[in-house]
Formats: sequence, structure tokens, C-alpha cells
Amino acid sequence: MDLLNNFLFIALPYVALTVFLVGTIYRYRGTKFKFSSLSSEFLERRKLFWGSVPFHWGIIILFFGHLIGFLFPKDVLAWNSEPVRLLILETSAFIFGISAFIGLFNLLLRRRTNSRIRAVTSWMDLIIEVIILVQIFIGLWIAFGYPWGSSWFAAVLSPYLTSIFTLNPQIDAISVLPLVIKLHISLAFLIVLLIPFSRLVHLLVPPLSYLWRPYQKVIWYWNRKRIRNPKSVWNITEPKNN
Amino acid sequence: MDVRSQISMLFHLDKCIGCHTCSIACKNIWTDRKGAEYMWWNNVETKPGTGYPTKWEDQNIYKGGWEKNGAKKISLKGSGKIKGLTNIFHNPNLPVIDDYYEPWTYKYLNLIESPKQDDQPTARPVSLITGEPIDIKSGPNWDDDLSGTPDYARKDPNLKNLSPAEQEAMFQLEKMAFFYLPRICNHCLNPACVASCPSGAIYKRGEDGVVLINQKVCRAWRMCVTACPYKKSYFNWSTGKSEKCILCYPRIEAGLAPACMHSCVGRIRYLGVLLYDADRIKDVAAADENSLIDSQLNIILDPFDEEVIKAAKANGVADSTIHAAQYSPVYKFVKTWGIGLPLHPEFRTLPMLFYVPPMLPVMASISDAKNKEQKEKLDPISKIWDDDWLYDTSTEELWGTIEQARFPLQYMANLFSAGDAEKIKQVMKKLMAVRIHRRSETVGDIDSDKTQTTLSEAGITSEMANDIFHLTALAKFDERFVIPPAHRELAMDMLENTGDVKGSSGFGFKEKPQRGI
Repeated sequence: MDLLNNFLFIALPYVALTVFLVGTIYRYRGTKFKFSSLSSEFLERRKLFWGSVPFHWGIIILFFGHLIGFLFPKDVLAWNSEPVRLLILETSAFIFGISAFIGLFNLLLRRRTNSRIRAVTSWMDLIIEVIILVQIFIGLWIAFGYPWGSSWFAAVLSPYLTSIFTLNPQIDAISVLPLVIKLHISLAFLIVLLIPFSRLVHLLVPPLSYLWRPYQKVIWYWNRKRIRNPKSVWNITEPKNN
Repeated sequence: MDVRSQISMLFHLDKCIGCHTCSIACKNIWTDRKGAEYMWWNNVETKPGTGYPTKWEDQNIYKGGWEKNGAKKISLKGSGKIKGLTNIFHNPNLPVIDDYYEPWTYKYLNLIESPKQDDQPTARPVSLITGEPIDIKSGPNWDDDLSGTPDYARKDPNLKNLSPAEQEAMFQLEKMAFFYLPRICNHCLNPACVASCPSGAIYKRGEDGVVLINQKVCRAWRMCVTACPYKKSYFNWSTGKSEKCILCYPRIEAGLAPACMHSCVGRIRYLGVLLYDADRIKDVAAADENSLIDSQLNIILDPFDEEVIKAAKANGVADSTIHAAQYSPVYKFVKTWGIGLPLHPEFRTLPMLFYVPPMLPVMASISDAKNKEQKEKLDPISKIWDDDWLYDTSTEELWGTIEQARFPLQYMANLFSAGDAEKIKQVMKKLMAVRIHRRSETVGDIDSDKTQTTLSEAGITSEMANDIFHLTALAKFDERFVIPPAHRELAMDMLENTGDVKGSSGFGFKEKPQRGI
């Protein structure tokens, strides 16, 4: 059992994080053309709405919920000290979980039943969709069966994750957790591992810079004013459009 | 004054015969690939008709282009920073493949490999997306020459502002008229696709104004497809990247005409440089509806004006570009003669393609042949039918034929001048005056007084009329295609790093443009 725990909570996280880092950087630099969200809305729009929208909003809220639990455990515990606030937090998290689950289920159904979508489906698409669906299901199970997750996450998992990132893994506390929670943690790292090998890379390039760039964009091959000025120094300039 | 240059194309619609050679040339070079089969960067539509994709001009459906909301303010209709990012998981205004057509091929092998049997073997159509047999519902140019049909012509979005009587007059079989509208990307000055791209993958080239999509930065957020009111940004369903007309920039940089232009049978296309004032784009894009067309044409600068030349040089525009702008055939049509108009200026993207509106369907009128008095007045060349209608191409009543045209001017105005029929009328008068002038020169059956009257009424001189005639009918390739060198040699990074790219795989794709995993 110790061996398995060591593998799942020490080896797997480090392998996953290393592969994730090296893989995504390599893929971003080497195969930029293959960086895409690979939207299939153009082939099927109506059913996508009932999948993509609830899934994405659900999973984004859940991701940031977990992130906040990891980064600010004390604040979460302070928030949860009032039972009403704890209940509000847990209920809304559970609703977003349901939303993500239903959304992804619809997406998987659409991917399997629509022949056009099948034509643009790879094995990896199906693998990650099934893994994330299972992951959300387990998450909902934990939220329902092992309350109150937001509190014990801050107490148990935040120290563990901190220990992973500070290269001093402490797995004593989580070795005694129930099996489903262990599975949830391991699947999370598996998903991280799979990011560079799947379309999940699109979550690393959210187009947030759009918010503060000017609407129009003009690119020049050279500095048109400087090139005509005989006094300007010639130095190497990088092309700006790649 | 921020003087920049723009490569611009002009289409002389009277010369377009609707042969689709341009579309085929473009398809063979650029879009004969998986995921791009349905794309026609260049397409030719029959007008009146619904076009490609179906009813693309109806922005109540597709929400493309800009809309004015405030004295000096415009915003993207269906995308933009807030709308675009909140709709990123599901874009409700995205056209889907069925709005274009599902690409297909035929199982030709069935014809060869079929065993001996009683029935003829058939080559069934199969979808190029799924590979399954399909019933073909629509295809490229599905409404070609189908003007007058209830499914297509009567659903044309440009029929707004036309009275029911005018609409009916267009569609009666005996009077039916249509013309062809070739379309490529307009390479706009205020491109909605660029403004809508969340990744910032789309950009306008400063040197020549070509609008391009960086395939390495595009992430399939699909907002450009919605934002372009001309629906000239296409989503490649296989690679997950958007693609659009690139104005054949690799050809232009090598001094060759774009494929669509080079292959044009009717020689309807003209390519030249226009100088424009980039400082005024913002104001022009937000101009009032009734001054829209004029302000859009006013942004184009006179390349002979000393001030403009000085400002252009100060701004780094090459001498050869200024020279090309002075000989630009597009400038002559659009500014010197004032007979070239942009397509749908009301979308406020400041499109940089121009069209000489067709006179052919406008010129001839249908008159009531029962009117005996009128019958006697008619020119002997007009053909008299046995029924009530008379197809009248006589030039007896010069402006009468334009004002009482069988093809309502308002329809042309909805296409080319944001609904300003007076603008179309001016252009038509000029085109008509050129014809009358040439007829008096070559045939001599129109007296010179009358010719002079028509010319002065249209506001052109006889020299101008001869020039218009020359560039329209006689111009050789070098007069229709006036493009400066691309001056890539001035690109410093290339000058100084020439060794870096020598012996390498060069420019363009170094990885296969395949769908990601």
C-alpha cells in the first residue's frame, strides 16, 4: 500500500508536472499550428449549446474554487466558520459540478451520435472526455458523501499540494483518505499529464489579452519611418508576425 | 495625415459574364484541401439572389459588421470584447456548414467495379465530411442564374425599400433581369474580422493593406466568421483554423496578378494602389448613414497632390508605390471618373474593393407596346414582340431609360451606395454618356449637340469619356494591373539575416498544416 501511495502521490505528480511543463512548452514552440481549441460548432451548433456552455462555465468555476482552496486555505476556513456560508459555498459548488457533468455528458453524447462530429473526433478526444467525466462524477460523489470538502480540502489537501510544489512531498495525511478521494487526486494529475497530448492545451491560451488590446491590428514588415532615415542605426529586428 | 497604401481591386460588372473561372482558379490554388472544400474565397453570385452563404447580407441573421451607436461611436454587431468573450463557448451567431453547403464527391469507383447486373451502376454522392452517402441539398452557386425564382431571388436581403410593385416587376419572367457579383475579401480599412479576433491572429499588412490570418496564432474562437459582414472568413473544420482570401500575396509580391484576376475571361478586374489617410478611418467609419458613401470615397487621397506626396514620403511609402498610385486604374475609376462604388458601405468596414455597377439590365426598359403613339416614336432597332411588352433598348429618351429602368435603381443602391439611389443614378448617367459619345464617334447617328448635352449633364468631358471607354474596353493587361514592387528587400530582418534562412526550408509552413491532437 505504501508503494502504491508513493507512486500515486509522489511519483505521478512529479511525472505529470514535468511532462506537462516540457510537453506544452515543446508543443507551443514546435507545433504552433496544432494549438487550437478545435471547435466543432461549425459542424453542429444547436446541441453544442447544451454541452459546451454548462460544461465550460461549470468547470471554470470549479477549477478556480479548487485553486482558491489551495492558495488561500486559511481564508476558506474562515469563510466556512459560519455554517450558513459553508452551506452556500458547498451548494453553489455542487450546482456548478452538476452543470459541468451534464454539459460534458451532452458533449460526449453529441460526439458519439453526430456523424459529422465523429469525423473530427480523435481517440484522445474521447479519452479525455471520459476521464474528465469520471473525474467530475467522483468529485460530485465526494462532495455528497464526504462533506464538507471545502473545509477539509483546506486542511488536508492544501498542505499536501504545497509540499509537492516545494519539492518536499508529505503524503502521510492523504494516505489515510478514502479511496474515492485518492482516485480524484490521481485522476487530476493524470489530466495534467495528458494536457500536452490533447486539445486541452487550449485552456493554456485563453484570449484574455483581447480585453486590453486595441481593436485594429496593423503589422509592418519593417519600421517604415526609420528605414528611410539615413541616420538610423541598422540593427537586427525580429519579424513581428510569428 | 497618416498616408498609407492599399492594394485595391475594381470589378467592372458590365463585363462580367458569370463564367466562374475566377472561382475555379482560386479554388485550384488555395482551397482544394480537406476542411476547405466548401470555401470559395472568390465566388460569383447571381443578383438578385440569396448568395453564399445563404442570405449573407442579412445582418439580422448573421450579426456581422459594425453598427453605429452614438455620434462618433461604432461597435461590432455580433462580437467584440464583451460579446465575443462571453460567447466564446458557444457563438449563437456562427454560420454553420449547412448555411454554405455540405461538400461532397461521388463514388466513381462504383462505376468501374460494379459487377455485371441488370441495372446501371451509379456513382452515389458521398459527403466529404462524414464519407456517408448524402442527398445533395445545395452546392456552390446553387442559385446560379436562378433569378426570379421564389426560393432565391425573392429572398434577397437587398429587396428592402423596394415597393412590392417594383419587386414584382423584377421577377416577371418576361422582364426578368439579373447580373453577376464576383466577391473576394474586401481587405477593409476598418476590418471587423481583425477587431473581433480574440487571439489577435488577424492583422492588416501595413505596406499593402492585405488582411491575413496568422495560422499559428488562430485558436478557432470563430469570432471572425461572425464579424465579417461579407462572410469572407471561413472556418476550416478539419484544421480548426480560420482562413480567408489572401489577395494572392505570394503572387503579388512576385509581381504577378492574383489568380482570380489573371484568369478573368471578361477582363473585368483591375488592380491598383490607392493612397488613403489612416487618421480619418475612425471618423469615416462612424459617419452618418447619408454621408457614408461620400466620406468613404473621400478617405482616398489624390496621389498627384504635392501635400499628399510629401506626407506619404515622410510616412515611409516607397516612391515606386506613389508612382503606382498615380497610374492606378482603380483610382481612375473610383476617384477621377467617379464610377466605382464599394459593396455594402453600410457595414462600416470601409471595404477596399470597388464595383462599376452594371448598366446592362438597367438600360433596357419594358414599355407598354399597346401605346401606339409611343410605338411610332421608338427607334427602329428596338424589337417588337407580339405580346403586350416591348423590349426597348432605344436611346431616344436618354435619362428616361435610367429613371424608368426595369431594374430598380434602389436595388443597386442597396448594394453599392448604402441605399442612396441618387449616387447610382449619377454613375449610370456617366456610363450612359460614354456609350452615347462612343456611338456618335463610331456610328455617327447621334448628333453632336445631343452628345454634348448628355456628357455635360453627366458631368464628364469627351476626353474623359474616351478614357473611360479605353480603360473599360481596350485596356491591355499592364494598364489593368498596376502594382508596385513589394520591396521585401527593405525588410531589415531579411536583409541582415539572409544567412539564417539560406538553405533552410524557407518561409511558410515548416510543420504540416494538420489538425492538432
